Amino acid sequence: MTTARRDGPVRFGHPALLGVAGPAGLLLVMELAPRLGLIDDRFLPPASRVLAALATEAGTAAFWTALGDTMLAWALGLAIAAGAGVLAGVVIGSVPVLRALTASTVEFLRPIPSVALIPLAVLLYGTDLGSTLMLVCYAAFWQVLVQVLYGVADVDPVAFETARSFRFSAWARIRYVLWPTALPYVFTGVRLAASVALVLAITAELVIGSPGLGREIAVAQASDAVPTMYALIVVTGVLGVLINLLARTGERRLLAWHQSVRGEVTV
Amino acid sequence: MIRVLQRLALALALPFVLFAAWWALSADSDSFYAPPLSQILTAFGDTWTFERLGADVLPSLLRLFAGFLLAAVLGVAAGVAIGMNRRLRAVAEPVLEFFRAIPPPVLVPVIMLFAGIGDTMKVIVIVFGCVWPILLNTVEGVRAVDAVVLETARSYGITGPARITHVILPSAGPQIAAGLRQALSIAIILMVISEMFAASNGLGFTIVQFQRGFAIPEMWSGIILLGLIGFVLSLLFRLAERRALRWYEGLRAAQRSS
Repeated sequence: MTTARRDGPVRFGHPALLGVAGPAGLLLVMELAPRLGLIDDRFLPPASRVLAALATEAGTAAFWTALGDTMLAWALGLAIAAGAGVLAGVVIGSVPVLRALTASTVEFLRPIPSVALIPLAVLLYGTDLGSTLMLVCYAAFWQVLVQVLYGVADVDPVAFETARSFRFSAWARIRYVLWPTALPYVFTGVRLAASVALVLAITAELVIGSPGLGREIAVAQASDAVPTMYALIVVTGVLGVLINLLARTGERRLLAWHQSVRGEVTV
Repeated sequence: MIRVLQRLALALALPFVLFAAWWALSADSDSFYAPPLSQILTAFGDTWTFERLGADVLPSLLRLFAGFLLAAVLGVAAGVAIGMNRRLRAVAEPVLEFFRAIPPPVLVPVIMLFAGIGDTMKVIVIVFGCVWPILLNTVEGVRAVDAVVLETARSYGITGPARITHVILPSAGPQIAAGLRQALSIAIILMVISEMFAASNGLGFTIVQFQRGFAIPEMWSGIILLGLIGFVLSLLFRLAERRALRWYEGLRAAQRSS
């Protein structure tokens, strides 16, 4: 990269320093705009009030229960979707006929917006964890499935044929040839699914009213507790960032041995 | 010819079987929540008349397109600006990552405070939710522009606006398209959610009305319509993408075969 030349020599500002400047500037604007009357503070309370509301919330048991409910729905939904997605992906991907047969159906079902299922979820499960889980699973499943399908298609045919001529059993072929090749794709799918699952978990709670952070936001909005509402939204954002970070570092750690992470070995 | 027929048969077989299975299994279902498919299809024809389409589906789609286009323009413009300036990028990136991580639907209550519950609110919600994937992908795309291409363009005297339209945007194109594709599915979700919250017309509103009134076949027909809309929009997007990025597909195919 020639960025240094393009932008001229760096005169001030260490990257980390600049990285802190962004959020700090945002906080400052959010503090000053309502204080100076640029924005009605009933709509956007100053950042300090939001942080105070956040501190109050963090002291209540209800907040932690809601957070726990959201994380439970997220984790359960993601686990079910990942398990089902990997299983279906490996089975469909390794049988060419199945793959050809299901391609059109997958392409049709995948873009169906998961929120279309909200009314159905409400009728089936009411406002329980079940309706959140249903939406989370549906949305996250496709992310995993599609990536696993790509991964299985990426298997080197020569390696596969070699394993076959060494009389590897079907299971051994999957375990020692297919699975290592597909693994990075599986991780990509799970990483994508992890953020989608969080979005859907909170959406379901917000719209349906199943227990969790989303419902707390809806309640705060309905009772005009604007700073609390902002505080909870900040919490969801932080959760999203954390999940992203966790998924990314987890991927790098767990796949450190893999060629796609290690870099190509020159032969 | 036979190959084409074979492919068509493969593509249609499973949907046909599933459809037939649904039809057969639900034919004499007296479950309240899962009415027979024939009843759902009748309800589909009765519910989604032209009048209904004009009154409920069209406003939804118009809001969707308005929001999506606005987000695309804003996202690409800001993305190019941020991507080309390293210092700006260092300042903005953490904030942008945070905004992207906020689940877009929670913005509905916030934007309702500012913009009421009219069309403006819904369009703003869509813009606010869609803009982040477009913006971040554009930044990535602009950052990854080949340095040699940039230097070559510079030495040929391609500067200013021409540099952006002829060098930077085309090479960031595939990344931008990926961002737009993500944004499209977010836009559909937000279209429905914003109408479920507060609206007097629109697809999301109508489906929730059916569900609350226990008009189950009509609700199912709404879900099917929503699914169809999602499918058709993603199909249209893919066609547009393939046309706009024809050179890229060709390049990839050439690289793969070599």
